[in-house]
Amino acid sequence: MKTSVFAAVSAIAITCAMPAVAEPQAEVLHWWTSGGEAKSVAVLQQEFADNGGTWTDMPVAGGGGDAAMTALRARVLSGNAPTAVQLKGPAIQEWYEEGVLADISAVAEAEGWADVLPASIAGHMMCEGTWCAAPVNVHRVDWIWANADVLEANGIAMPSTWDEFNAAADKLAAAGITPLAHGGQAWQDATVFEAVALGILGADGFKKAFVDLDMDTLKSDGMVAVFDQMRKMRGYVDDNFSGRDWNLATAMVMNGEAAFQIMGDWAKGEFLAAGKAPGEDFLCASVPGDGFLYNVDSFAMFNVDGDDKKAGQDLLSKLIVGQNFQKVFNLNKGSIPARVDVALDDFDSCAHLSAKDMSESSDNGSLLPSYAHGMALRGAQSGAITDVVTAHFNSDMSSADAVNMLADAVANSM
Amino acid sequence: MTEWLERHVPKMVLAPSFAAILVFVYGFIAWTAWVSLTRSRLLPKYEIEGLIQYERLFASPRFDTAMVNLFIFGTLFIIISMVLGLLIAILLDQKIRTEGVLRTIYLYPMALSMIVTGTAWKWIMNPGLGIEKMVRDWGFENFSFDWVIDPDMAIYAVVIAGVWQASGFVMALFLAGLRSVDGEIIKAAQVDGIPNWRIYSAIIIPSMAPIFLSAFIVLAHLAIKSFDLVIALTGGGPGYATDLPATYMYAMAFSRGDIGQAASSAMVMMAVVFAIIVPYLYSELRTKHD
Repeated sequence: MKTSVFAAVSAIAITCAMPAVAEPQAEVLHWWTSGGEAKSVAVLQQEFADNGGTWTDMPVAGGGGDAAMTALRARVLSGNAPTAVQLKGPAIQEWYEEGVLADISAVAEAEGWADVLPASIAGHMMCEGTWCAAPVNVHRVDWIWANADVLEANGIAMPSTWDEFNAAADKLAAAGITPLAHGGQAWQDATVFEAVALGILGADGFKKAFVDLDMDTLKSDGMVAVFDQMRKMRGYVDDNFSGRDWNLATAMVMNGEAAFQIMGDWAKGEFLAAGKAPGEDFLCASVPGDGFLYNVDSFAMFNVDGDDKKAGQDLLSKLIVGQNFQKVFNLNKGSIPARVDVALDDFDSCAHLSAKDMSESSDNGSLLPSYAHGMALRGAQSGAITDVVTAHFNSDMSSADAVNMLADAVANSM
Repeated sequence: MTEWLERHVPKMVLAPSFAAILVFVYGFIAWTAWVSLTRSRLLPKYEIEGLIQYERLFASPRFDTAMVNLFIFGTLFIIISMVLGLLIAILLDQKIRTEGVLRTIYLYPMALSMIVTGTAWKWIMNPGLGIEKMVRDWGFENFSFDWVIDPDMAIYAVVIAGVWQASGFVMALFLAGLRSVDGEIIKAAQVDGIPNWRIYSAIIIPSMAPIFLSAFIVLAHLAIKSFDLVIALTGGGPGYATDLPATYMYAMAFSRGDIGQAASSAMVMMAVVFAIIVPYLYSELRTKHD
């Protein structure tokens, strides 16, 4: 009896100690917990399980990822990092500098990521020459959404310059329609601001101001013009905008209370969920000006011990950038695949436009990271800019004062 | 043995909580003070860099706004809550029939969390949903009450919600205070034909001084640590017009990955609390020794 127990125990011990048959394990920290997003994650989870892996879900909702980042900090400080974490933009580099990210170059090179990802997006996934994160999707931020019926009834075409936009907005306001649906939350103010800035400063100016933080550009006359246009935008917003959530603003466009909304392509999900058809009920176009502002979600891989976890990391990275997941996930989420060789037959017309603009702008260098969504700058700097933008938008501060304040705030955040 | 136990058991029982407070309160205060002297960003670092975080803090217009807001909110919140609470307490003290019911009604807001208060008042004060719309629908087209979306007035909207929440509690404190005044003195005054308002202003209220002090301390710490009310009511907006030091600290620590900056603002907040609490403790301890 005693010996058989001993044999059983040692058999278990031996099985546990055998690294050769490491079953892929992944503990994934993310904050995709609401309806469509949760469904999108479930796709990945299913695919991971189908390939023989064990997925430990670690969803942390709240605060647009703030809560998840707090959880991550605690886990990393206690030396027990999750396998993969939903991270994006400069945050990947920040964590890399803390020395906690893993190298997944082997998978990336075997799968040929460098050939299928646009160069500037691939740049975010590399840490000093090695791959450390896997991109999931590309959200375009500089969209302008419109109610097709309202535009038609007032004889307005989708604006292609800011002057046209202002003219259209004045006309709509005279007709008693709110020209711009907007929610008074700092990040929404910042979203409109960067769309305006891209249009007025151009792709080069935008890059200098919000990627390189070039002081001359931040203090330039162009920036004054951007704030002037923001002051006009404030006039096109209704009085009740304070604190309104973005999806309520989208609903205003949907039911014809308002004509336009400037918002990333997650707004499309709201239109589609309400049974509206792109091109018929609502229109999508890039905001006036050239360029493409992207917001790319990605998973960063953390240093973990154990072959099963490393195998999990490799499998997960491979699946995330795989054709199938990129397609299914982005159909659910309303964004477009990060890799450019995915067939877009099942996607809608807005996604087609987005994909076309992405490859064009990637070629001419105007594919740029969104500052408002934490792709271009680190938290302290982008937060400092947003403070000024939202303070200007919600008061009667002059554009010249705003520009000075902007330069001071950026300098102070370093 | 029993004698030894008698002498040492109290110490042994208290020791764990004493140790816990030492580590989790004073230890972490010391940790925060240390971190506030470093250039910590995403994760805490421990190389001391001097007062750079405090320089950044005092150069930040947003923190300026937060401190001014704390001053406006704190002063108005404490004064209005105390005056209103005292007034209601005196009115309830007139031996009215339904006192129990009324007292409960006034005390009820305290049972709600600040999040609920904030959300409810957000809707009540929203110009498109609440009071402004209601009065306009009654036919007063020019009526306007849009404090909650006006950056200059929004902090006063926060005061309204805070006062609504806290004044019932202050009333309960004062009511207890009023009842504890010796009835013989009041009767003597009434026999002398002293008018009621003189009895209150010259006899009852002065004898309630300790209650005023406790009410003040409770309200002051509510005001300084006030966070959820602002988050629920205005989200710190419009812009950052209703930011308080606590919301500033949260934004720096958890949204922006700027831990050093958050630590320095926390230290400034603690200094404000000390400025109020230390004189109080000092006066308390001194009276005990007399």
